Amino acid sequence: MAGTATAPRLPRQAAFRPRLGSALLSRGIVVTWLSVIVLIPIVALTLKAFSTGPIEFWDAVSSPQAVEAFRTTVLLSLIVTAINCVMGTAIAWVLVRDEFPGKGLLNATIDLPFALPTIVAGLTLIALYGNDSPFGIDIVRTPVAVVMALLFVTLPFVVRSVQPTLIELDKDMEEAAASLGAGNLTIFRRIIVPNLRPAILSGAALAFARAIGEFGSIVLLAGNVKIASVYIFAKIDSGDPEGAAAISVVLLLISVGILLLMGRFAKRGLPI
Amino acid sequence: MGIAVQNVNKTFGDFKALDDVTLDVPDGSLTALLGPSGSGKSTLLRLIAGLEEADSGTVLLNGEDVTHVSVQDRGIGFVFQHYAAFKHMTVRDNIAFGLTIRKTPKDQIRARVKELIRLVQLNGMAHRYPSQLSGGQRQRMALARALAAQPNLLLLDEPFGALDAKVRKELREWLRNLHEEVPVTTIFVTHDQEEAMDVAQQIVVMNQGKIEQVGEPKELYENPKTEFVMGFVGEVNRLGDALIRPHDLDLSLTPIEGGEEANVERVSHLGFEVRVELSLANGDHAWAQVTRKEDEELQLTEGVSVYARPSRARKFQGAEAQGDDGASAEELQVA
Amino acid sequence: MTVPRLSQLGIRSVVLFYLTFLLLLPVAMVFYRAFEDGFGVAWDTVTSEQGIHALQLTLTTVAIAVPLNTIFGVLAALVLVRQNFRGKAILNSLIDIPFAISPVVIGLSLVLLYGPRDTAVGQWFFQHGILIIFSTPGIVIACIFVSLPFVVREVVPVLHEIGDEQEQAAKTLGANWWQTFRRVTLPAIRWGVTYGVVISTARVLGEFGAVSVVSGKVIGETETLPLFVRQQFETFNGAGGYASALVLAVLALLTLVLMNLINRRKEN
Repeated sequence: MAGTATAPRLPRQAAFRPRLGSALLSRGIVVTWLSVIVLIPIVALTLKAFSTGPIEFWDAVSSPQAVEAFRTTVLLSLIVTAINCVMGTAIAWVLVRDEFPGKGLLNATIDLPFALPTIVAGLTLIALYGNDSPFGIDIVRTPVAVVMALLFVTLPFVVRSVQPTLIELDKDMEEAAASLGAGNLTIFRRIIVPNLRPAILSGAALAFARAIGEFGSIVLLAGNVKIASVYIFAKIDSGDPEGAAAISVVLLLISVGILLLMGRFAKRGLPI
Repeated sequence: MGIAVQNVNKTFGDFKALDDVTLDVPDGSLTALLGPSGSGKSTLLRLIAGLEEADSGTVLLNGEDVTHVSVQDRGIGFVFQHYAAFKHMTVRDNIAFGLTIRKTPKDQIRARVKELIRLVQLNGMAHRYPSQLSGGQRQRMALARALAAQPNLLLLDEPFGALDAKVRKELREWLRNLHEEVPVTTIFVTHDQEEAMDVAQQIVVMNQGKIEQVGEPKELYENPKTEFVMGFVGEVNRLGDALIRPHDLDLSLTPIEGGEEANVERVSHLGFEVRVELSLANGDHAWAQVTRKEDEELQLTEGVSVYARPSRARKFQGAEAQGDDGASAEELQVA
Repeated sequence: MTVPRLSQLGIRSVVLFYLTFLLLLPVAMVFYRAFEDGFGVAWDTVTSEQGIHALQLTLTTVAIAVPLNTIFGVLAALVLVRQNFRGKAILNSLIDIPFAISPVVIGLSLVLLYGPRDTAVGQWFFQHGILIIFSTPGIVIACIFVSLPFVVREVVPVLHEIGDEQEQAAKTLGANWWQTFRRVTLPAIRWGVTYGVVISTARVLGEFGAVSVVSGKVIGETETLPLFVRQQFETFNGAGGYASALVLAVLALLTLVLMNLINRRKEN
């Protein structure tokens, strides 16, 4: 080998490095950081919830107020998720398959709820639907206002989940179905919906998890509507951290459960 | 530099990619690792490069044990099937990468890059990005990049696999010429036997994690040691327990000694070559490769009866059963 | 499938109606409300000592939380995509936890861990005179918690997409870990990282629930801009509340423009 053009360079023997070293180090940093910021605080929360014993824990989470808060929160979140599934898919459809002037701008504004601080989101709804509403309707302090606030902050989840799937959806499939005699409704039901289902479900699960825990956008307009996060905040303020922690643990279980379920249903979910 | 791989094993989960492989590659040679996908050829190449670590066994480069030396320090050049071009760098920066890493003085880098751009015929493209190049140009850039730091060893993993047939042929010839100009020890992986035979001085045939045979192209074709090698480096017919290459099957319209009667099922004219598909009296199927001239003499058409006689055939005993003793090959001279 | 013209128009109208009344009109209304009582009130509130302090604290929080999360996010994405080890799937799910938890619960968890009363950790900090809860460090930690997954989730798919061949090529050319990362990996993922940084920034700028709990709402001390908005609103300075909300809304619109610009770059 190595004729005149190539000066022989022998491998440096001493250079053996255990390749696992840097991998273990980076993994260690990631796990430590995650523990300090996320995991250990959650452990502290759970310990606090049970610090006065299982009976007190049960009392806290089964008190009439707590049960009402859970029921209202889950119910409103389910309503919001259902509306999101329909409207989110429709919005994605319009953004992908429709053409009209201003579509690009509309597409850009979909992410606004992600960019806008939640307290501002709540405030925007008060500005339009509050006591001096230009439409003369005051829905603040009603469940409708809470639903609207939740719809506002969860808007992008289903849209942004369905949109890329719809773009990639093979038009050939629809044309094949049409060539076999399927009408529009059949194509939608038998071809499009099944193909979008994983995307809709994963967007819906994220929206639901977000709705269950939402606080900033509804704190100004919830009024007497019992929402779990607002209830927890009130408990903290009134000096009952054990009770607040107990309610928190249940709320945490509900949303983590939903996200785990999503992993089951939407296999194509988050990429890893 | 000479390479010695000794008793190397490598598994991925349950899959045994390399099974006790031992191989010598002489200094300055141009060697092909040939085999079907999953045969372990790419794993062997990556192991020599240092991109994979063996479970057991040793790798020697020029007699030095480099089994635990990292890829950065082996002084190799590696060319990937899908080019692995640095998409955010120009051709020039791609080629210069290895030299920049080694903190080579700027004027030397400039001179070397210029020399390489000429060598791989990318003149005038120094400031283009990989996305502005064709597949063949990208692969030549990748080659220049691998050669820039003057590696002791050039390793190519299916270098032409992603290119279309015409470009592949050009690059094959070009690689052969390059090896003459820059005589660095070169190993390339391919699943294409024609490519291996066309380019390499020495071919290593691999199957299921083992080396089946090592030899020059002609040697492998003429004297395959196993049934697998015979089948992989060329076309074969099986008649009973004998294997015959289609061009070693003589056809005659009149009975001949040692000939078997067969019925012509189909005749395909592929230019110079004519393929005659036959069904034999015992139900076997075979095909014969005849020249256009022979075909004109015989006037073969569908349904005609002919007599087929192997001029040369091989028998392999217990290719699978015998294992370590190696299969024995026996050449049958019929005619 | 070709939708009949009429159905197409129907769907389009429903979608436009929905977005107008849920999103566009309410946001536009904030602009109107802020200046309803004249420009003066709005300006005075935003430039009051308290308002300026809230803005400063918010920007400080962004300046600490976002870089830390960016480093963590890129590292975590590299670990998740380029390494194989037992427990990887668990680590992957754990990183998403902040998406699944109510901000109020996040705030409470931090108060319980780092507050002086409940745990040995909190007591240790207390004894060493380090104030975390009801102070800037607590606010920063809360913001890191809520925005933890953003960079990871943006970078992971990009790393998958580029594959590791370019990195292997860099290694065969002699590049060490850092050289490979800086010269090959980072340039390839830079738009994903930038996008993650922008949405992390938006989230940290606007974080309300978790910060409400850990800040103790010491006016003029631990009040971030979103808390200031609420405080203005609840003290019946409606115009001031809208005006400070407007500052945040403008920052959000800026973020939105950046997100869209980056998205366009990412696609190229």
